[in-house]
Amino acid sequence: MLHLINESPFESMSLEDCLKYASKGASILLYEDGVYAAMPGSGVADKMRAVAKDYKVYVLSEDLKMRGVDNVMDGVTEIDYAGFVGLVEENKTASW
Amino acid sequence: MAKLMVVFRTAPYGSIYAFEGLENVLIMGAYDQDVSVLFIDDGVLTIKKGMDNSGTGIKDFSPTFRALEAYDIENIYIDEASIESRGLTLEDFVIEPEVIEADQVEKMMEEQKNFFMF
Repeated sequence: MLHLINESPFESMSLEDCLKYASKGASILLYEDGVYAAMPGSGVADKMRAVAKDYKVYVLSEDLKMRGVDNVMDGVTEIDYAGFVGLVEENKTASW
Repeated sequence: MAKLMVVFRTAPYGSIYAFEGLENVLIMGAYDQDVSVLFIDDGVLTIKKGMDNSGTGIKDFSPTFRALEAYDIENIYIDEASIESRGLTLEDFVIEPEVIEADQVEKMMEEQKNFFMF
């Protein structure tokens, strides 16, 4: 399963909600305002490090660039739009 | 001159709020009002340096914040805890607002004739 998160982790519960139901090893893609979860050193960085151990966490590079986020925490994989499409082809998706 | 404040509390591209907030600042500035600007919560992300919107078709409006001085808008503030909780520092922003603490926010709002949340 591919879980899609597009809201800021500082303002929204969508990531927490997703984690309540996602099985370990599932894929999580952060895009739009969801990419802020991948910033190193933020208030959610500790939580995200733990998430990255249990899940495959991806972040959309185009949305990072647009928001001026040039650093991504370890354990999170940057992908582009083509990679996004690839993930969607391979998985059922859930948008939170 | 009426004291007016625009408060940015949302991230720049996930919704239209931040862009609309900037439009409001510029309009009120053009009418020669006593306008101040405050960045709190995800609003601090609106003035993050290094945005690259090439190929997205979406306008990067962060450079416009550097023009606020030309509108005589000099009272620009940012909440310290909101910067820190996002792992950022003052060097990460396109402008240099005055850093304030959360307990000053409400007082600042009360001093205004009106304030607007975006």
